[in-house]
Amino acid sequence: MRLKLKYNMIKFENVTKIYPRNTVALEDVSFEIREKEFVSIVGKSGAGKTTLLKLLLVEEKPTRGRIFFKGKDITKIKSGKLAGFRREIGAVFQDYKLLPSKTTYENIAYALEVIGASEEEISRDVPKVLEIVGLTERANNFPPELSGGERQRAAIARALIHRPEVILADEPTGNLDPYHTLDIIRLLLKIQEMGTTVILATHNREIINSLGKRVITLEKGRVVRDEERGRFIL
Amino acid sequence: MFTSLKRIIKSGWKSFFRDRGLAAATVFILVLAISLATSLFLFRGVSQFIISLIEQKADISVYFKQEVFVPEEEILKIKDELAKIPEVKEIEYISHEEAVKKFLERYPEERSPHITRGVKETEGVLNLASLNIKAAEAAQYAAIAKFLETAPFKNLIDVDYYPRKPLIERIFSLTSTLNRAFLLFSIILAAAAILITFNTIRLAIYNSGEEIKIQRLVGASNWFIRGPFLVQGVISGVIAGLICLLIFSLMSRGLSLKIETFFPGLNIFQFFVSNFWTIVLIQFATGIFLGVVSSFLATRRYLKA
Repeated sequence: MRLKLKYNMIKFENVTKIYPRNTVALEDVSFEIREKEFVSIVGKSGAGKTTLLKLLLVEEKPTRGRIFFKGKDITKIKSGKLAGFRREIGAVFQDYKLLPSKTTYENIAYALEVIGASEEEISRDVPKVLEIVGLTERANNFPPELSGGERQRAAIARALIHRPEVILADEPTGNLDPYHTLDIIRLLLKIQEMGTTVILATHNREIINSLGKRVITLEKGRVVRDEERGRFIL
Repeated sequence: MFTSLKRIIKSGWKSFFRDRGLAAATVFILVLAISLATSLFLFRGVSQFIISLIEQKADISVYFKQEVFVPEEEILKIKDELAKIPEVKEIEYISHEEAVKKFLERYPEERSPHITRGVKETEGVLNLASLNIKAAEAAQYAAIAKFLETAPFKNLIDVDYYPRKPLIERIFSLTSTLNRAFLLFSIILAAAAILITFNTIRLAIYNSGEEIKIQRLVGASNWFIRGPFLVQGVISGVIAGLICLLIFSLMSRGLSLKIETFFPGLNIFQFFVSNFWTIVLIQFATGIFLGVVSSFLATRRYLKA
């Protein structure tokens, strides 16, 4: 039996991001993330966690340095190829970013529609994912009619429905109570076990300490720790 | 490709009916813009009618000398000769009998017995036949008059051009001013309609700015995002076009009689019916064009990388 080697899926190479008025969000950040890894990015508010994820999603461009995704420098990606690149990533945001004019079902189906999935695939996969995240009963509700936890689960369902290779989760539990927080973290772990790389940005100490996974700690835009079985130390 | 198109149309359709308030506001603005375009078309019809009425007053008449008897065949030959001049737009022969008839219609015997008697007494003595010549432009009358002065039949005719010259020039100056004013008025109103529609749709799409950003983050292509907005523009345009068609059909029917009392001979409903397909085209083309172009321009700023 041949052992399949895990390769570097994401690589940050001396990345610096400076916003106007000389606000340094990230400074000389370098690290690598292998495929199927579960990595937590921790740090206080303003440490650069969200900027890091924004750079990975090409919402922002770095001031200096390079970022590689599957060996390709995404800082040089052309605008015409941006949509295609983003389809390879599933993103979960603290403020959910669900489409308010679409139902839960339509929000999740939208991620499949943009990749050109057939109607059969959509009607087969969406109910399955709704069941995984426990939102079958809420399929026809619009986002404003859902609770915070339900919205976040809908956002996760949308992020994973098209089976992306990476899921970025920016403070996905920031607006949730402890019960729902645990729910979401279990879901992310399950996704990683199924073979997806998960990058979780959070400042929730309990979550990090209970995970026992790799932790990259940011402080004032710099990587101050990168541990395989890390803990939340600030 | 076909699947994406189907999804874009479906999504646009759903969004249009889900956001009814916004859809109603867009349709309302488009109804105003289309009404403006249709009014301009109808107004142009009315103004052309008025201009042609005024222009009909401008003509020169060729009378025949009383000292020499000019038979009708000769007059018709002269008419054919004149019709060959490029400046001549229209030429009408009025026989002596017709001229007398018109005169008597204008001055009936019971009201003007002396005039009627006088006209009847000239029977067989005077030749009241004439040729009425119309040109397309005021300047062309001088050329026609010059031709008549040097024509081989110049000794047979009397031309009333010079006494009428100032009146003819005034009429044409008035009609050209009317035409220019109409053109300027149309341009200003059309520009206002385009700007108002564009800004309304831009504001409507401004509310969707955040939604567009999310769609981009999920990996939707620019056309997949923009498409439903364009579909909504088309639906708004078609509905607004239908509303305007109904409004203008009813209005032209209802107001036709009243307008005809002001401008005898101008039947606005008849004009509407005879130009029905042109009006349909103007209304739907204006609605769809404004809806689609405004949506396209309004989404552009959110889709820039």
